[in-house]
Amino acid sequence: METKNIDKIIELSNELRWQIGDDFHDNLTEAIYADASKIVEKTVVKDNKKGAFYLNAKIDQIVTSKIWGFPIMLLLLGLVLWLTIVGANYPSSMLASLLLDTIHPFLKEGASFLGFPWWLSGFLIDGVYLAVAWVIAVMLPPMAIFFPLFTLLEDFGYLPRVAFNMDALFKKSGAHGKQALTMSMGFGCNAAGVVATRIIDSPRERLIAIITNNFSLCNGRWPTQILLATIFIGAVVPSSYSSFVSLAAVVGIAVLGIFFMFFFSWALSKTVLKGEVSTFNLELPPYRTPLFWKTIYTSLIDRTLIVLWRAIVFAAPAGAVIWLISNVFIGDQSIAVHLIHSLDGFGFLLGLNGVILLAYIVAIPANEIVIPSILMLTVMVTGAVGGAGAGVMFELDSVTATGDILRSGGWTLLTAVNVMLFSLLHNPCSTTIYTIYKETKSTKWTVVATILPIVAGFIITFLVAQIWRIMS
Amino acid sequence: MKTATKSACDTCVHYDVEGVKRLGVDTTNVDFVIALAGNPNTGKSTVFNALTGLRQHTGNWPGKTVTRAEGAFEYQHQKYKLIDLPGTYSLMSRSEDEEVARNFILFGKPTLTVIVVDASRLERNLNLVLQILEISSNAILCLNLMDEAKKNKITIDYRSLSRELGIPVVPTIARSKEGIPELITAISDLANGKIICKPHKIKSIPKHVEEAVQKLSAAIKKEYPNVSNSRWLAFRVLEGDTHILEALKTGAFI
Repeated sequence: METKNIDKIIELSNELRWQIGDDFHDNLTEAIYADASKIVEKTVVKDNKKGAFYLNAKIDQIVTSKIWGFPIMLLLLGLVLWLTIVGANYPSSMLASLLLDTIHPFLKEGASFLGFPWWLSGFLIDGVYLAVAWVIAVMLPPMAIFFPLFTLLEDFGYLPRVAFNMDALFKKSGAHGKQALTMSMGFGCNAAGVVATRIIDSPRERLIAIITNNFSLCNGRWPTQILLATIFIGAVVPSSYSSFVSLAAVVGIAVLGIFFMFFFSWALSKTVLKGEVSTFNLELPPYRTPLFWKTIYTSLIDRTLIVLWRAIVFAAPAGAVIWLISNVFIGDQSIAVHLIHSLDGFGFLLGLNGVILLAYIVAIPANEIVIPSILMLTVMVTGAVGGAGAGVMFELDSVTATGDILRSGGWTLLTAVNVMLFSLLHNPCSTTIYTIYKETKSTKWTVVATILPIVAGFIITFLVAQIWRIMS
Repeated sequence: MKTATKSACDTCVHYDVEGVKRLGVDTTNVDFVIALAGNPNTGKSTVFNALTGLRQHTGNWPGKTVTRAEGAFEYQHQKYKLIDLPGTYSLMSRSEDEEVARNFILFGKPTLTVIVVDASRLERNLNLVLQILEISSNAILCLNLMDEAKKNKITIDYRSLSRELGIPVVPTIARSKEGIPELITAISDLANGKIICKPHKIKSIPKHVEEAVQKLSAAIKKEYPNVSNSRWLAFRVLEGDTHILEALKTGAFI
């Protein structure tokens, strides 16, 4: 491209700037506002009586008030979770009985009828198919409830109020107030939360938001929390309180995640990501009645099915891996058993066990398959009844039966608490890691974002285990 | 090839409005490029979806559109490509979304810019509108969220507004697709030169400043005779915008 000689223009502009003084920007801005107000005067008629603005302001006074702001946030989070937990139960067990109890034996019979060798039908049906079926049965119902509820809140206009409430906290921790929005997205899916950080202009604050997004408990981890809270924590109180106490425990874990998010944002901004907090304007949009069915439809298509598809894509190979390590033997024991034994010592230090650690390694692609992997590996090691054989993931119809299996694998209340903590504090799933790399284009920050939460998880579970054992 | 005789309905303008083809993401071989600009949270993405038939995720929080989205529609056998720009309050600061929007309006050479505004917050939204009118001579004001304006008991004389701004003004409620056919007709008329815009230029500038702007604008016009927005460039150069100086050097905006 030809380069123009603009020296004359620059020279002239310097000269003119000298003449008109420093106020040019203000002059121009004032002129624009003056024009705008003249135009509005001529064309707009306002009736300043109590309109919708008044109602908006009234709602905002309450939901962003110093006293009620946070309780309302917790209450809404609790309500969304409660509806998800309660509502997902029934369709989940229906899907499980269809996919696991009906279709699975049918496929097995078909395979043996067609003369498949045992390893092929095992690999395909007990490995790949069951992993996929489990993920669908366990994930689809809660997602199909959680995402639309979340989207309804979003369309109503509540999210910017969350950002408003938490702005002061973010400022204190050296992060950007818009991180409240990306954090909220992370409750649905961390990969989506990481992408959403694009709304933050400053690269420093955006990195903080990316690295700490994993502390938002994502959709793949909610079922783990809910299940363990129901089995182990709900059980320590009288049954009339148990559902309330387990819900409180799950909300507690989510709040703990927010606490860690603030803590690490603060720590990062005080050390490797030092800098000024940038100011920004966040307009509180008017509350709008969401278009109910349209929201349900788009959130099902755009979020639920996309996230579900991703989980299936990752669960299938994970299922294959589990089946393989449980069925390939070195010496007289399978690879899985070797691995579990070598991880047991470290697991004990953390108040966990080798089975749990191995399950977390296998489940790097998708958090959703942690619990089925743990169950399958536990059954294999303990030889407890009720399982479906080596390397076969399964789901148990009743929560009690799941609890029995876990207890036979040596689980105590401490194990459950630490698994809940570790579920909150461990590496992001592989999709999120890949998304972080795509967004930061930096190996260094991708590694930091991956390692940081797992180190935190090791430290916290270790401390909890030691203190617990000393106290009891 | 046999062509069927067209009924009165087939040739009627209103039929065509009904018969708009939403082309989704297919943006090949387009006749016109339309930029969609506006303040955050005025419903740009909803307007975008209504025009293209796409389902860009919309949400009630400002800054939701983080990158520009593209889509297309066909009307009276002409193809229009639509670019949904990130929402901005102004084009004069240097944040990333403002640069994406400004660079596209300035260097992307859209046929015309549709500026989506919140009808219940018109005065604040005009800040951006008046800036865009300095840059781009072909623009349409989409007066969106008319339902909310009504709820807030705000009445807008949109014909006078159109006269004041010198561009077509179309009131819409994009969520329920009200006013979208009229918007499409306005886009088509402007793109095909059936309407000529006489965009409002910022008036209330102090005299000595205005003189300086005019001098510099004339100098820029002399060096780049084809430039239509020398006045805006003069504003930016006077503010010492280095990006614009760089663009002047390479002639990127011609």
